[in-house]
Amino acid sequence: MRRFLWPLGLFIILVGFLAAGLGLKPREVPSPFIGKPAPAFRLSQLHAPERITGPESMRGEVWLLNVWASWCGSCREEHPVLLELAQRKLVPVIGLDYKDERQAGQSWLARNGDPYLLSVFDQDGRVGIDYGVYGVPETFVIDKAGIVRHKHIGPLTDAVLNEKIIPLVKELNGA
Amino acid sequence: MVRRWIVLLGLALWLTGVHGREAPSVAGDPALEARVQVLAEQLRCLVCQNQNLADSHAELAVDLKDQMREMLKKGQSEQDVIDFMVQRYGDFVLYKPPVKATTWLLWGGPFVLLAAGLVLLSVRLRRRRGEVGAELTPEQRAAARRLLDDHDREVA
Repeated sequence: MRRFLWPLGLFIILVGFLAAGLGLKPREVPSPFIGKPAPAFRLSQLHAPERITGPESMRGEVWLLNVWASWCGSCREEHPVLLELAQRKLVPVIGLDYKDERQAGQSWLARNGDPYLLSVFDQDGRVGIDYGVYGVPETFVIDKAGIVRHKHIGPLTDAVLNEKIIPLVKELNGA
Repeated sequence: MVRRWIVLLGLALWLTGVHGREAPSVAGDPALEARVQVLAEQLRCLVCQNQNLADSHAELAVDLKDQMREMLKKGQSEQDVIDFMVQRYGDFVLYKPPVKATTWLLWGGPFVLLAAGLVLLSVRLRRRRGEVGAELTPEQRAAARRLLDDHDREVA
């Protein structure tokens, strides 16, 4: 009898591994930036090309860096969530307009609403590469000292915001 | 007639050969391209995760290859490029992850399984040898003798 139970046991273990594997999200690669300083950049502002902005201008504040683009479909999906967040004034959001055209980015915001404190313009995507961006939209939570605390890949949802991002922002602001 | 067909066939083969050649790269430096290619084959494209950077035509992969080309051109080493990628995208971009605390199971796992298999096999073999080599009791020996004698008699 035992000799038949062995393969069955092994089979059940394999099924267990498979079930666990199905639940994983291989697209959500853990970011190597968590706990490290946000990479520096010097980019012109989307709406004011002559003004150069870098992450150091947000020193002393907890803020979000949201990577978006006018060509990005899921950005449209997440946009209402960002607009609502902006209305609640919980945390400033800087936009990183990634691999876009300046005109297209500006009119996209004019059409859909602008939730950003300001957007910086990353035309050739180099800053995106420095931040390890591989799927727009992405959102980084950066603390007062300029350390990346969290990265969300894909569109923000109310659930993500309420369960993860806002509690984290509150915690970082409290500290 | 036949000769004309042969010529046509030859021409067709020659043409496919001509068209089958790879498109020349923009950079126009074969040695540099070869280095980029070798590197790109070792790195995973994050947009389409079952492809390496060399195979992928995703926009990010193209940008990253440009970045690699630029770095190599500036005289940076292959290791510099790999460090650049790992710093941004993590160990996940490497098809050959480094040996460290979080990956020892990955690297050591197969050898642990192999060792476990060998131990199991040797235990089994030893047990079986014990069964085969066991001495017969005098009663068993007599029974065996009887059976063999019966058999001989039937055959004869």
